[in-house]
Parts: sequence; structure tokens; C-alpha cells
Amino acid sequence: MKVYVPRDAAARALGADEVAAAVLREAKARGLEVTLVRNGSRGMVWLEPLVEVETGGKRVGFGPVTAADVAGVLDGTSKKVLGPVEELPFFKGQTRLTFARVGLTDPLSLAEYQAHGGLEGLRKALGLTGEAVVKEVTDSGLRGRGGAGFPTGIKWETVRKAPGPQKYIVCNADEGDSGTFADRMLMEGDPFCLIEGMAISGIAVGATKGYIYIRSEYPDAIEVMSAACEIARKEGVLGASVLGSGKAFDMEVRVGAGAYVCGEETSLLNSLEGKRGIVRAKPPLPALQGLFGKPTVVNNVISLASVPVVMAKGAAFYKDFGLGRSRGTIPLQIAGNVKYGGLYETAFGLTLGEIVEKIGGGTHSGRPVKAVQVGGPLGAYLPVAQFDTPFGYEEFDAKGALIGHAGLVVFDDTADMRKMARFAMEFCAIESCGKCTPCRIGAVRGVETIDRIGRGDVAAIPLLTDLCETMKDGSLCALGGFTPFPVMSALRHFPDDFTAKAKEAAE
Amino acid sequence: MTAAPGTDDAIARRTDEIISGLIGLEGPLLPIFHALQAEYGHVPAAALPPIADRLNISRAEVHGVMSFYHDFRSHPAAAHVVKLCRAEACQSLGADQIAERAQEKLGTGFHGTSADGKVTLEEVFCLGLCACGPAAMVDGKVVGRVDEARLDQILKEVRA
Ligand SMILES: Cc1cc2nc3c(=O)[nH]c(=O)nc-3n(C[C@H](O)[C@H](O)[C@H](O)COP(=O)(O)O)c2cc1C
Ligand code: SF4
Ligand code: FES
Ligand code: FES
Repeated sequence: MKVYVPRDAAARALGADEVAAAVLREAKARGLEVTLVRNGSRGMVWLEPLVEVETGGKRVGFGPVTAADVAGVLDGTSKKVLGPVEELPFFKGQTRLTFARVGLTDPLSLAEYQAHGGLEGLRKALGLTGEAVVKEVTDSGLRGRGGAGFPTGIKWETVRKAPGPQKYIVCNADEGDSGTFADRMLMEGDPFCLIEGMAISGIAVGATKGYIYIRSEYPDAIEVMSAACEIARKEGVLGASVLGSGKAFDMEVRVGAGAYVCGEETSLLNSLEGKRGIVRAKPPLPALQGLFGKPTVVNNVISLASVPVVMAKGAAFYKDFGLGRSRGTIPLQIAGNVKYGGLYETAFGLTLGEIVEKIGGGTHSGRPVKAVQVGGPLGAYLPVAQFDTPFGYEEFDAKGALIGHAGLVVFDDTADMRKMARFAMEFCAIESCGKCTPCRIGAVRGVETIDRIGRGDVAAIPLLTDLCETMKDGSLCALGGFTPFPVMSALRHFPDDFTAKAKEAAE
Repeated sequence: MTAAPGTDDAIARRTDEIISGLIGLEGPLLPIFHALQAEYGHVPAAALPPIADRLNISRAEVHGVMSFYHDFRSHPAAAHVVKLCRAEACQSLGADQIAERAQEKLGTGFHGTSADGKVTLEEVFCLGLCACGPAAMVDGKVVGRVDEARLDQILKEVRA
């Protein structure tokens, strides 16, 4: 019998290692022959550790499992039984393209990877010209999943056309946004998919070297990605002749050091070069003068990991999913105070309300939803009144919001939105790279101003608005430039949270 | 003559070995800092001059890079390090109260060490465990759904 116990960090944080140990212990005590697979997470975090038992080719899920449940799980008598995981409503409703294998396979088995469609995209790409590969990616409509939503194919074309013997592929795995964990889950659950995507990118633009910059807060992802790179090298997926094609591509894992701003692409490049993570002015574009001044593709994990399926199934297949100019699928990360939290990959276009209420099941606390922050610490807070907003780049932009890396953080009615606005400013002050005054000093002033408002000084509200304007206009990057999104959206949609003290005093 | 471990001389010598192992990398500085911190629990001041020499950058630059990053410590932490997530998703589930309780119980603020010298308390902004917060990392091990009871248990274990 095969038993799957996720090695995903969220599963481990909820006791998966203890469960895995109990499985081995129990199997030994009974003389049962058990193969333990540490798979990725299926993404239903409220059911983690979600254990699957496979007998006769059928997988049955149990969750959330504790060590004490293991005996019953092995007998098949446990009350935690869920049935086949694919049949659970949360899973069944998804369109898993990028995350097709995550949770299904052994993350470090290249054989299983290939048995489930892995390397098809790379094989196809190796038979095409770089130009044709880039065209396929462009035609798929894939846009950067790291936040800015820039068309991936167009970025690649700039790098492909840039002259130079040395070019780089840099994968941005800094994933610092609160409420996001798609990059982490993919790296821990299907690392070869990212390797394949980076190799395709390298082949397409003529880069022979890649780096994955993973934040240090992700020790599990670092471990799995590093191991996968080694296996890929040994098996000839990476190296001097990728899959025997005669084309070279290799890559390395690098580890960040706890600076949020290093997720910004030029800061990340400086960090890779061994410098302080200060943001660079653009132009020059990293595509033309990136890592060590060489033409460089910088892409988010999910952008790159979506390329294999685009190549394998074709641009038209991918493009067919989605809404407006947001094509394909997006791994929604439903987080915070939510009943059914986790990763839900689906075509663009669901409304915010459908995501939070129907899929997420409302709040974990059972209280009414007050606000949802979408897109991380630089994303706006959306009130329930905006729940009809469809999930798409332009659709969110029209509401003064952004989808960012597609993390959604749910808050119930006990949330104090003035406090959340204050935190946005505080976070900006802590993480500012220090290059621009509006960001570095403005954020500190922002905290002070919001504190004044909190003490009942409503005259400070216009000051806060002005300050946000200055930050928006005078910041070099989106840290200073977008911090006004959460601040102003909180103020706009929840003015009472800002004036409560003043009203109290007046009464 | 070999210098006693922990002396500036010994650190400089060991740093030199670490550099030799990593200097072939493109952009070796962060990997060097990580290796030093893994070995010493912090980046000792005595390690900086050899880095500057071998990488051919100024000492001010080495120091500037190191101090830019929240991860690198210039002084050792206590034997146990508890990191509590303070970012939004964890806040939505009561991380602020957990943070307050931890500070109170340990008698220290963030970036400080408990009065008994056993635990260093740190804040972290997101561990990617945002669907099972409040989240923490205890001596490198991730923990989810940290409510008051869980926190008390964690603190009891690290202070035992
Ligand atoms: C402060 C800041 C933090 C960012 N953090 C990340 C991050 O953690 N991961 C990421 O992929 N992009 C991040 N970005 C966006 C990157 O600058 C860049 O747009 C992205 O890596 C490009 O890849 P994509 O086109 O595949 O999205 C951040 C931007 C800013 C301004
Ligand atoms: S906006 Fe802030 S983080 Fe961005 S470049 Fe300016 S100072 Fe640095
Ligand atoms: S770039 Fe000049 S103030 Fe920010
Ligand atoms: S916000 Fe705490 S783990 Fe992500």
C-alpha cells in the first residue's frame, strides 16, 4: 500500500511530520508493507495534514489527520475519511493546469513527472526555433503572475532579440506578499515544472544560465528545489546538452535574506549580484541590462511554471480560459480569516464574492466578512459592496485595486481598518529600500498621521490623503508607490474606523 | 600555530576557507554571509575584513550589504529563536494578540532576548502559511494555527 503524507510546509506546520512518523511506526508494528510518499499539498489547507491511502490504484483521502488517527487511516475505518480527493467540491471545481501535478505525484520523482505529462513542453520547445517558442508564449496571452501582469512573451522577445553571448533567466521566488503561497506550493510540490519552464525560457531566448532566488523564509522550498536541480542535472534535463539537444541550460538556487523589497525585480538582481537590495531606476530594462548588466528574463515562479503546459497543449488551449485580457488560469490563494483556505486554480473571471463566500465559505470565525485585501501588502482592501468585481487585471484596476500575485486575505467585522492602514505604512517604512524620500520618510509620516487620526484628530485625514498622493507620484517602485492602495481603500470604504475616536469624543 | 576557535584570528581563517569554497559563484557575497551565519549563528565582525579583501570591495560596502538584510545578525541569538508572523493574513486571525502575549511572557520586545537568556523573539512578515495562521517558526520549524495554548506550549518547550 502507498501512503501519501504531504511534505508541504503548511502540512508540516499542522503536524504532517508527526503523522508520517506514525505511519511508519504503525506499518512496522503490523508488518504492513507501506511505501510512504511525501507529496505536495492538494491545496486544501483546512484539511491538512491530508493523508491519502492508495490500494489497487485507488486513492482515498483522510483529513485533517493526527498521529492518533493513523491506525484508523491504515484500516480504512477512520472517521476522517474524505473519499477520493478529486471528488471533493473544492478540488472538483478547479481547472488545474499549472498545478496539475502538485499533490498528485512524488515531487522528486522525475519518472512520475514524465508519466504525468512532464517534459512534453520542453521536448516540443527543443524542436522549434526560439522565435517560435516565444510566439507560442505570446499567443497564449500569459501575463506575469508576480504582480505587474506584463505579457510574458513580449518580455522574452526583448531578451531574445538583445545581442550578447551571455543572457540569464532569473526566477523570482521571493514571494513576500502576505496571503500568497502559490510559489511555495509549486516549488515544494512540483519542482521539475519550474525547472522545465526555466529551461524552455532559456532555450527560447538564448540564455544558458538561470537562477532561482528563493526567500529565506521558505526552507522547505529551498530544500526541494535544490534537490530537484541536482536530479535534473544528473538526468540530463539540465546541463551542457538539455535532453540531448546539444543546447545548454543550467541553473542554481540562491537564497534571499529577509528583505521584502528584494521581490522587486531590479532589487532582486542587485541582491543576486551581492549588493544591497536597492531598486534600480528603469530604463535600462532588466530585459536589456539585467543581471551583471546582461539581458535577463525576470519572471515569477507561476509565470515560468505555466509555460510547460502552454507549450505542451498549445497557446490556443491556454488562451481559451479566462476573461477579457486576463487569459488562462490563476492559482487563487484564499487566506486569512476564511473557512476553507487554500489554493484554488481556476480560469480568470470568478467574482470576488464567489471566491470568498462560495469557495472560501466565508470567515473562519463565522462572523460577517468586512474586507478582503487582494494582492498582498500593496493591494487594496475591498468591501463586500465590491464583491461583484470579476477576478481579472483590468477589472480590478477599474476599482482602484490590483490582483497582484492573486492572494486574498479575508477579514471579519472585528477588523479595525485604521489599524490595517497603519500597518501598511509601517510595513512600507520597515521594508523601504531607502532610495526615495516619499517612500522612506513618507511611510514614517504616514504612521504618525494615522496615529493622530486614531487619537481623534480628524483634521489629519486630508494630510494623509496628500501624503498618499506624494508617495504615489514620487516613488520609484511599487513599494512606496502602491502603499497608498491599502491605505486609501481602507479610508475610502471604512471611514468610520478612522473617525470613531473623534465621534466618541463629541458625544 | 592554530588560534583558539572563536578568536578573531580563527574566524578570519575559517572565513577564508568559506570564501574559497564560494568565490567561484557569480555574486558570492550573500552565499558567504549565509554560510557564516549557518556556522556561527551570526556574521562575526572579524569575518568582514577578509571578505572585503578577497572580493575586492571596501569594508564599508561589505558592512552596508550585510546590514541591509534583516536576516544577517551581527550578534549571536539565544539558543532558541521564535519568529512570529506579523503580516496581514495572520493579523486577521489574531496574530497581534499572540505577539503581545509572547512579548509579555518573554519579557522582551521583538529582536530581543528573554530575561532568562534562552529565547530570541523575532517578527517575520509572512511564512507562506497564510491559510493556517497565525504562523510561527520555532528554531527553523514551521508551526501553524498558533493560538494562545499553542504559543504557551511552544514557549514552555524552548525554555525547558
Ligand atoms: C516591492 C515589490 C515586491 C515584489 N515582490 C515580488 C515577489 O515577491 N515575487 C514576484 O514574482 N514579483 C514581485 N514583484 C514584481 C517584480 O518586480 C516583477 O514585476 C516580477 O518579478 C516580474 O515577473 P512576472 O512578469 O513573471 O510577474 C515585486 C515588486 C515590488 C515593487
Ligand atoms: S519606492 Fe521605496 S522601496 Fe521603492 S525604490 Fe523608492 S525607497 Fe526603494
Ligand atoms: S526616485 Fe527620487 S525621490 Fe524617489
Ligand atoms: S501572513 Fe502570516 S504566514 Fe503569511
